[in-house]
Amino acid sequence: MSYIVLSSLLFAGSLLAGLLGALTGLGGGVVIIPLMTLAFGIDIRYAIGASLISVIATSSGAAAAYVREGYTNIRIGMFLEVATTLGALGGAALAGVLSTGVIAVVFGLVLISSAFQSLRASHDVSGALQPDGAALRLGLNGTYPLGGRRQPYNVTGVAPGFGLMIIAGGLSGLLGIGSGAVKVIAMDRIMRIPFKVSTTTSNFMIGVTAAASAGIYIARGYIVPELAMPVMLGVLAGSLFGSRLLVAVRTTFLRKLFAFVVFALASEMIFNGITGKI
Amino acid sequence: MTDGSHTPPPERDEALEAVLGNLLRTGVIVAAAVVGAGGVYLLIGRGGWIPDFRSFQNGGSPLRSVPLILRGAFALRADAIVQTGLLLLIATPVLRVVFSLFGFAHKRDWLYVALTLIVLCILAVGLSGVQTWNAFK
Repeated sequence: MSYIVLSSLLFAGSLLAGLLGALTGLGGGVVIIPLMTLAFGIDIRYAIGASLISVIATSSGAAAAYVREGYTNIRIGMFLEVATTLGALGGAALAGVLSTGVIAVVFGLVLISSAFQSLRASHDVSGALQPDGAALRLGLNGTYPLGGRRQPYNVTGVAPGFGLMIIAGGLSGLLGIGSGAVKVIAMDRIMRIPFKVSTTTSNFMIGVTAAASAGIYIARGYIVPELAMPVMLGVLAGSLFGSRLLVAVRTTFLRKLFAFVVFALASEMIFNGITGKI
Repeated sequence: MTDGSHTPPPERDEALEAVLGNLLRTGVIVAAAVVGAGGVYLLIGRGGWIPDFRSFQNGGSPLRSVPLILRGAFALRADAIVQTGLLLLIATPVLRVVFSLFGFAHKRDWLYVALTLIVLCILAVGLSGVQTWNAFK
Protein backbone atom coordinates (compact mmCIF):
# COMPACT_ATOMS: atom_id res chain seq x y z
CA MET A 1 0.00 0.00 0.00
CA SER A 2 1.46 3.37 -0.99
CA TYR A 3 1.76 6.13 1.59
CA ILE A 4 -0.87 8.35 -0.03
CA VAL A 5 -3.46 5.53 0.15
CA LEU A 6 -2.50 4.57 3.72
CA SER A 7 -2.68 8.15 4.99
CA SER A 8 -6.01 8.78 3.23
CA LEU A 9 -7.53 5.65 4.78
CA LEU A 10 -6.09 6.54 8.20
CA PHE A 11 -7.48 10.06 7.90
CA ALA A 12 -10.96 8.74 7.00
CA GLY A 13 -10.90 6.16 9.81
CA SER A 14 -9.70 8.75 12.33
CA LEU A 15 -12.39 11.18 11.21
CA LEU A 16 -15.05 8.56 11.93
CA ALA A 17 -13.39 7.58 15.23
CA GLY A 18 -13.25 11.21 16.34
CA LEU A 19 -16.88 11.75 15.38
CA LEU A 20 -18.13 8.65 17.23
CA GLY A 21 -15.79 9.33 20.14
CA ALA A 22 -17.26 12.81 20.61
CA LEU A 23 -20.86 11.66 20.20
CA THR A 24 -20.55 8.82 22.70
CA GLY A 25 -18.07 10.39 25.11
CA LEU A 26 -15.65 7.47 24.79
CA GLY A 27 -13.00 9.47 22.93
CA GLY A 28 -11.31 8.70 19.62
CA GLY A 29 -8.31 6.79 20.95
CA VAL A 30 -10.29 3.69 21.83
CA VAL A 31 -10.97 2.97 18.14
CA ILE A 32 -7.79 4.40 16.59
CA ILE A 33 -5.45 1.85 18.16
CA PRO A 34 -7.48 -1.26 17.15
CA LEU A 35 -7.99 0.27 13.69
CA MET A 36 -4.27 0.79 13.15
CA THR A 37 -3.14 -2.55 14.59
CA LEU A 38 -5.95 -4.88 13.44
CA ALA A 39 -6.85 -3.35 10.07
CA PHE A 40 -3.46 -2.01 8.92
CA GLY A 41 -1.09 -4.28 10.83
CA ILE A 42 0.81 -1.31 12.24
CA ASP A 43 3.02 -1.94 15.31
CA ILE A 44 0.99 -1.18 18.45
CA ARG A 45 3.68 1.23 19.73
CA TYR A 46 3.28 3.46 16.67
CA ALA A 47 -0.50 3.26 17.09
CA ILE A 48 -0.24 4.29 20.75
CA GLY A 49 2.04 7.21 19.80
CA ALA A 50 -0.38 8.49 17.16
CA SER A 51 -3.35 8.05 19.49
CA LEU A 52 -1.57 9.95 22.30
CA ILE A 53 -1.10 12.89 19.92
CA SER A 54 -4.74 12.85 18.84
CA VAL A 55 -5.81 12.73 22.50
CA ILE A 56 -3.85 15.95 23.24
CA ALA A 57 -5.43 17.68 20.23
CA THR A 58 -9.06 16.79 20.97
CA SER A 59 -8.89 17.34 24.72
CA SER A 60 -7.21 20.74 24.37
CA GLY A 61 -9.68 21.81 21.68
CA ALA A 62 -12.70 20.78 23.75
CA ALA A 63 -11.23 22.12 27.01
CA ALA A 64 -10.87 25.57 25.43
CA ALA A 65 -14.66 25.81 25.08
CA TYR A 66 -15.55 24.22 28.44
CA VAL A 67 -13.19 26.45 30.45
CA ARG A 68 -14.85 29.57 29.08
CA GLU A 69 -18.34 28.25 29.85
CA GLY A 70 -17.35 27.96 33.52
CA TYR A 71 -17.92 24.22 34.05
CA THR A 72 -14.27 23.26 34.50
CA ASN A 73 -12.93 23.36 38.06
CA ILE A 74 -9.34 24.52 37.49
CA ARG A 75 -8.32 23.82 41.09
CA ILE A 76 -9.59 20.22 41.08
CA GLY A 77 -7.86 19.82 37.70
CA MET A 78 -4.54 21.19 38.93
CA PHE A 79 -4.63 19.12 42.12
CA LEU A 80 -5.43 15.86 40.34
CA GLU A 81 -2.89 16.57 37.59
CA VAL A 82 -0.19 15.91 40.19
CA ALA A 83 -1.55 12.35 40.30
CA THR A 84 -2.21 11.84 36.57
CA THR A 85 1.17 13.20 35.36
CA LEU A 86 3.03 11.06 37.91
CA GLY A 87 1.07 8.02 36.74
CA ALA A 88 1.70 8.93 33.10
CA LEU A 89 5.48 8.88 33.61
CA GLY A 90 5.17 5.42 35.17
CA GLY A 91 2.91 4.19 32.39
CA ALA A 92 5.22 5.47 29.64
CA ALA A 93 8.17 3.79 31.36
CA LEU A 94 6.21 0.51 31.54
CA ALA A 95 5.33 0.76 27.83
CA GLY A 96 9.02 0.37 27.02
CA VAL A 97 9.37 -2.78 29.12
CA LEU A 98 6.19 -4.77 28.49
CA SER A 99 5.78 -6.91 25.38
CA THR A 100 3.32 -5.74 22.71
CA GLY A 101 1.12 -8.77 23.45
CA VAL A 102 0.74 -7.80 27.12
CA ILE A 103 -0.01 -4.18 26.15
CA ALA A 104 -2.68 -5.40 23.71
CA VAL A 105 -4.35 -7.53 26.43
CA VAL A 106 -4.34 -4.65 28.97
CA PHE A 107 -5.70 -2.35 26.27
CA GLY A 108 -8.53 -4.77 25.50
CA LEU A 109 -9.50 -5.10 29.17
CA VAL A 110 -9.53 -1.31 29.67
CA LEU A 111 -11.62 -0.97 26.51
CA ILE A 112 -14.23 -3.45 27.73
CA SER A 113 -14.59 -1.65 31.05
CA SER A 114 -14.86 1.68 29.18
CA ALA A 115 -17.64 0.26 27.01
CA PHE A 116 -19.57 -0.87 30.09
CA GLN A 117 -19.02 2.48 31.80
CA SER A 118 -20.40 4.36 28.82
CA LEU A 119 -23.66 2.40 29.00
CA ARG A 120 -24.30 3.17 32.66
CA ALA A 121 -26.43 6.19 33.44
CA SER A 122 -24.73 8.97 35.36
CA HIS A 123 -26.19 9.81 38.75
CA ASP A 124 -25.91 13.36 39.93
CA VAL A 125 -26.03 12.94 43.68
CA SER A 126 -23.86 15.86 44.77
CA GLY A 127 -25.13 18.98 46.47
CA ALA A 128 -26.20 17.09 49.59
CA LEU A 129 -22.69 16.44 50.86
CA GLN A 130 -21.19 17.65 54.12
CA PRO A 131 -18.03 19.69 53.56
CA ASP A 132 -14.98 17.43 53.59
CA GLY A 133 -11.89 18.56 55.55
CA ALA A 134 -9.31 17.83 52.87
CA ALA A 135 -11.50 19.32 50.13
CA LEU A 136 -11.92 22.50 52.21
CA ARG A 137 -8.19 22.85 52.86
CA LEU A 138 -7.47 22.38 49.15
CA GLY A 139 -10.33 24.69 48.15
CA LEU A 140 -11.80 22.09 45.79
CA ASN A 141 -15.47 22.95 46.28
CA GLY A 142 -16.93 25.18 43.59
CA THR A 143 -19.95 26.27 41.60
CA TYR A 144 -21.23 25.42 38.11
CA PRO A 145 -23.89 26.87 35.79
CA LEU A 146 -27.32 25.32 36.36
CA GLY A 147 -30.56 26.85 35.17
CA GLY A 148 -29.25 30.40 34.82
CA ARG A 149 -27.48 30.55 38.20
CA ARG A 150 -24.38 28.99 39.71
CA GLN A 151 -25.04 25.88 41.77
CA PRO A 152 -22.52 25.27 44.59
CA TYR A 153 -21.17 21.76 45.20
CA ASN A 154 -18.95 20.02 47.74
CA VAL A 155 -16.33 17.39 46.98
CA THR A 156 -15.42 14.33 49.06
CA GLY A 157 -13.13 11.26 48.92
CA VAL A 158 -10.04 13.32 48.11
CA ALA A 159 -7.39 10.73 49.05
CA PRO A 160 -8.90 7.66 47.29
CA GLY A 161 -9.81 9.85 44.30
CA PHE A 162 -6.21 11.04 44.07
CA GLY A 163 -4.93 7.47 44.28
CA LEU A 164 -7.21 6.27 41.50
CA MET A 165 -6.10 9.18 39.31
CA ILE A 166 -2.51 7.89 39.51
CA ILE A 167 -3.79 4.66 37.94
CA ALA A 168 -5.78 6.64 35.34
CA GLY A 169 -2.61 8.55 34.42
CA GLY A 170 -0.65 5.28 34.28
CA LEU A 171 -3.11 3.74 31.82
CA SER A 172 -2.99 6.90 29.73
CA GLY A 173 0.82 6.78 29.56
CA LEU A 174 0.86 3.04 28.86
CA LEU A 175 -1.93 2.90 26.27
CA GLY A 176 -2.03 6.38 24.71
CA ILE A 177 -5.67 6.95 25.62
CA GLY A 178 -7.47 9.53 27.76
CA SER A 179 -8.60 6.73 30.14
CA GLY A 180 -11.89 8.51 30.72
CA ALA A 181 -13.48 5.39 32.26
CA VAL A 182 -11.16 5.32 35.29
CA LYS A 183 -11.44 9.08 35.69
CA VAL A 184 -15.23 8.82 35.76
CA ILE A 185 -15.02 6.27 38.60
CA ALA A 186 -12.60 8.49 40.54
CA MET A 187 -14.34 11.80 40.01
CA ASP A 188 -18.05 10.86 39.78
CA ARG A 189 -18.35 7.90 42.11
CA ILE A 190 -15.64 8.56 44.71
CA MET A 191 -15.20 12.34 44.80
CA ARG A 192 -18.91 12.89 43.97
CA ILE A 193 -18.17 15.77 41.59
CA PRO A 194 -21.25 16.83 39.55
CA PHE A 195 -21.30 15.04 36.18
CA LYS A 196 -20.84 18.08 33.95
CA VAL A 197 -17.99 19.38 36.12
CA SER A 198 -16.21 16.01 36.29
CA THR A 199 -16.38 15.36 32.52
CA THR A 200 -15.13 18.84 31.60
CA THR A 201 -12.44 18.85 34.30
CA SER A 202 -11.31 15.35 33.28
CA ASN A 203 -11.07 16.62 29.70
CA PHE A 204 -9.04 19.61 30.91
CA MET A 205 -6.50 17.26 32.53
CA ILE A 206 -6.14 14.80 29.64
CA GLY A 207 -3.87 17.08 27.57
CA VAL A 208 -1.39 17.67 30.40
CA THR A 209 -1.42 13.98 31.33
CA ALA A 210 -0.68 12.97 27.74
CA ALA A 211 2.03 15.65 27.42
CA ALA A 212 3.86 14.11 30.40
CA SER A 213 4.32 10.82 28.53
CA ALA A 214 4.57 12.30 25.01
CA GLY A 215 8.19 13.38 25.56
CA ILE A 216 9.17 9.82 26.40
CA TYR A 217 7.26 8.51 23.36
CA ILE A 218 9.08 10.93 21.04
CA ALA A 219 12.44 10.02 22.57
CA ARG A 220 11.81 6.33 21.86
CA GLY A 221 10.78 7.00 18.26
CA TYR A 222 7.18 5.82 18.87
CA ILE A 223 5.76 9.04 17.40
CA VAL A 224 6.13 8.76 13.64
CA PRO A 225 5.15 11.99 11.81
CA GLU A 226 3.91 10.05 8.77
CA LEU A 227 1.32 8.23 10.92
CA ALA A 228 0.56 10.88 13.53
CA MET A 229 -0.29 13.48 10.85
CA PRO A 230 -3.41 11.84 9.30
CA VAL A 231 -4.55 10.48 12.67
CA MET A 232 -4.28 13.80 14.52
CA LEU A 233 -5.97 15.84 11.78
CA GLY A 234 -8.69 13.23 11.25
CA VAL A 235 -9.60 12.78 14.92
CA LEU A 236 -9.52 16.55 15.51
CA ALA A 237 -11.83 17.28 12.56
CA GLY A 238 -14.16 14.42 13.50
CA SER A 239 -14.47 15.43 17.15
CA LEU A 240 -15.06 19.10 16.28
CA PHE A 241 -17.84 18.02 13.91
CA GLY A 242 -19.16 15.56 16.50
CA SER A 243 -19.39 18.14 19.28
CA ARG A 244 -21.45 20.38 16.94
CA LEU A 245 -23.77 17.47 16.12
CA LEU A 246 -24.10 16.44 19.76
CA VAL A 247 -26.99 18.80 20.46
CA ALA A 248 -28.98 17.56 17.46
CA VAL A 249 -28.54 13.79 17.62
CA ARG A 250 -30.12 11.26 19.96
CA THR A 251 -27.12 9.41 21.32
CA THR A 252 -28.70 6.49 23.21
CA PHE A 253 -28.78 4.13 20.24
CA LEU A 254 -25.40 5.34 18.98
CA ARG A 255 -23.88 4.81 22.41
CA LYS A 256 -25.06 1.20 22.51
CA LEU A 257 -23.85 0.53 18.98
CA PHE A 258 -20.45 2.06 19.68
CA ALA A 259 -20.09 0.17 22.96
CA PHE A 260 -20.76 -3.05 21.03
CA VAL A 261 -18.15 -2.16 18.38
CA VAL A 262 -15.61 -1.31 21.10
CA PHE A 263 -16.38 -4.60 22.86
CA ALA A 264 -15.77 -6.56 19.65
CA LEU A 265 -12.52 -4.70 18.93
CA ALA A 266 -11.36 -5.25 22.52
CA SER A 267 -12.01 -8.99 22.30
CA GLU A 268 -9.97 -9.21 19.11
CA MET A 269 -7.13 -7.20 20.68
CA ILE A 270 -7.07 -9.59 23.67
CA PHE A 271 -7.20 -12.66 21.42
CA ASN A 272 -4.38 -11.38 19.21
CA GLY A 273 -2.37 -10.34 22.27
CA ILE A 274 -2.63 -13.81 23.81
CA THR A 275 -1.91 -15.69 20.58
CA GLY A 276 1.08 -13.44 19.92
CA LYS A 277 -0.24 -11.89 16.70
CA ILE A 278 0.31 -8.34 17.98
CA MET B 1 -28.01 18.53 54.79
CA THR B 2 -29.44 21.72 53.39
CA ASP B 3 -27.84 24.31 51.15
CA GLY B 4 -26.58 25.89 54.36
CA SER B 5 -24.01 23.10 54.71
CA HIS B 6 -22.06 24.70 51.86
CA THR B 7 -19.17 26.89 52.79
CA PRO B 8 -18.63 29.70 50.29
CA PRO B 9 -16.58 28.24 47.44
CA PRO B 10 -13.44 30.01 46.22
CA GLU B 11 -14.25 32.81 43.86
CA ARG B 12 -14.31 31.85 40.21
CA ASP B 13 -11.46 33.38 38.23
CA GLU B 14 -13.11 34.31 34.94
CA ALA B 15 -10.11 36.27 33.67
CA LEU B 16 -7.83 33.24 34.12
CA GLU B 17 -10.46 30.97 32.53
CA ALA B 18 -10.61 33.25 29.46
CA VAL B 19 -6.81 33.35 29.12
CA LEU B 20 -6.49 29.56 29.45
CA GLY B 21 -9.33 28.98 26.98
CA ASN B 22 -7.77 31.27 24.37
CA LEU B 23 -4.33 29.74 24.89
CA LEU B 24 -5.59 26.18 24.37
CA ARG B 25 -7.58 27.14 21.27
CA THR B 26 -4.69 29.08 19.68
CA GLY B 27 -2.21 26.30 20.44
CA VAL B 28 -4.34 23.62 18.81
CA ILE B 29 -5.06 25.78 15.73
CA VAL B 30 -1.38 26.68 15.20
CA ALA B 31 -0.23 23.08 15.75
CA ALA B 32 -2.88 21.70 13.36
CA ALA B 33 -1.89 24.30 10.71
CA VAL B 34 1.81 23.36 10.93
CA VAL B 35 1.01 19.61 10.87
CA GLY B 36 -1.38 20.16 7.93
CA ALA B 37 1.16 22.18 5.93
CA GLY B 38 3.90 19.63 6.60
CA GLY B 39 1.43 16.86 5.74
CA VAL B 40 0.59 18.28 2.31
CA TYR B 41 4.30 18.67 1.63
CA LEU B 42 4.89 15.10 2.82
CA LEU B 43 2.18 13.70 0.50
CA ILE B 44 3.52 15.63 -2.50
CA GLY B 45 7.07 14.44 -1.91
CA ARG B 46 6.49 10.85 -0.79
CA GLY B 47 2.95 9.90 -1.83
CA GLY B 48 4.16 6.89 -3.81
CA TRP B 49 6.43 5.59 -1.05
CA ILE B 50 5.59 2.08 0.22
CA PRO B 51 6.03 2.32 4.00
CA ASP B 52 6.41 -0.57 6.44
CA PHE B 53 5.13 0.15 9.93
CA ARG B 54 4.44 -3.48 10.80
CA SER B 55 7.27 -3.85 13.24
CA PHE B 56 9.57 -1.77 15.32
CA GLN B 57 12.65 -3.49 13.87
CA ASN B 58 14.01 -0.41 12.15
CA GLY B 59 13.96 1.41 15.48
CA GLY B 60 11.13 3.87 15.00
CA SER B 61 11.19 7.48 13.96
CA PRO B 62 14.66 9.05 13.76
CA LEU B 63 13.09 12.41 14.67
CA ARG B 64 13.30 11.87 18.40
CA SER B 65 15.00 14.91 19.90
CA VAL B 66 14.01 18.58 19.85
CA PRO B 67 17.25 19.92 18.24
CA LEU B 68 17.08 17.23 15.54
CA ILE B 69 13.43 18.01 14.79
CA LEU B 70 14.00 21.78 14.63
CA ARG B 71 17.10 21.43 12.46
CA GLY B 72 15.12 19.30 10.02
CA ALA B 73 12.27 21.80 9.99
CA PHE B 74 14.62 24.69 9.21
CA ALA B 75 16.01 22.60 6.38
CA LEU B 76 12.36 22.33 5.20
CA ARG B 77 12.15 18.55 5.55
CA ALA B 78 8.45 17.62 5.39
CA ASP B 79 8.52 14.99 8.17
CA ALA B 80 10.40 17.36 10.50
CA ILE B 81 7.81 20.11 9.84
CA VAL B 82 5.03 17.70 10.87
CA GLN B 83 7.00 16.67 13.96
CA THR B 84 7.49 20.39 14.84
CA GLY B 85 3.71 20.80 14.70
CA LEU B 86 3.38 17.84 17.08
CA LEU B 87 5.89 19.48 19.46
CA LEU B 88 3.78 22.66 19.39
CA LEU B 89 0.73 20.55 20.23
CA ILE B 90 2.50 18.91 23.18
CA ALA B 91 3.66 22.36 24.34
CA THR B 92 0.08 23.70 24.42
CA PRO B 93 -1.13 22.01 27.64
CA VAL B 94 2.31 22.57 29.19
CA LEU B 95 1.98 26.32 28.52
CA ARG B 96 -1.48 26.15 30.04
CA VAL B 97 0.10 24.91 33.29
CA VAL B 98 2.68 27.74 33.17
CA PHE B 99 -0.11 30.31 32.76
CA SER B 100 -2.07 28.74 35.64
CA LEU B 101 1.05 29.27 37.76
CA PHE B 102 0.95 33.01 37.01
CA GLY B 103 -2.78 33.05 37.75
CA PHE B 104 -2.39 31.37 41.16
CA ALA B 105 0.63 33.56 42.04
CA HIS B 106 -1.38 36.67 41.16
CA LYS B 107 -4.09 35.58 43.63
CA ARG B 108 -1.39 34.76 46.23
CA ASP B 109 -2.74 31.23 46.34
CA TRP B 110 0.57 29.72 47.45
CA LEU B 111 -0.76 26.18 47.98
CA TYR B 112 -1.75 26.05 44.32
CA VAL B 113 1.45 27.75 43.22
CA ALA B 114 3.26 24.83 44.91
CA LEU B 115 0.97 22.19 43.35
CA THR B 116 1.42 23.75 39.90
CA LEU B 117 5.20 23.77 40.35
CA ILE B 118 5.11 20.06 41.22
CA VAL B 119 3.17 19.34 38.00
CA LEU B 120 5.68 21.42 36.01
CA CYS B 121 8.57 19.44 37.52
CA ILE B 122 6.90 16.14 36.58
CA LEU B 123 6.30 17.47 33.05
CA ALA B 124 9.95 18.56 32.85
CA VAL B 125 11.07 15.02 33.75
CA GLY B 126 8.85 13.55 31.03
CA LEU B 127 9.81 16.08 28.39
CA SER B 128 13.51 15.93 29.23
CA GLY B 129 13.10 12.22 28.57
CA VAL B 130 13.46 13.41 24.99
CA GLN B 131 17.13 14.03 25.76
CA THR B 132 18.00 11.61 28.54
CA TRP B 133 16.56 8.53 26.86
CA ASN B 134 18.90 9.05 23.91
CA ALA B 135 21.87 9.56 26.22
CA PHE B 136 21.40 6.01 27.55
CA LYS B 137 21.61 4.41 24.12
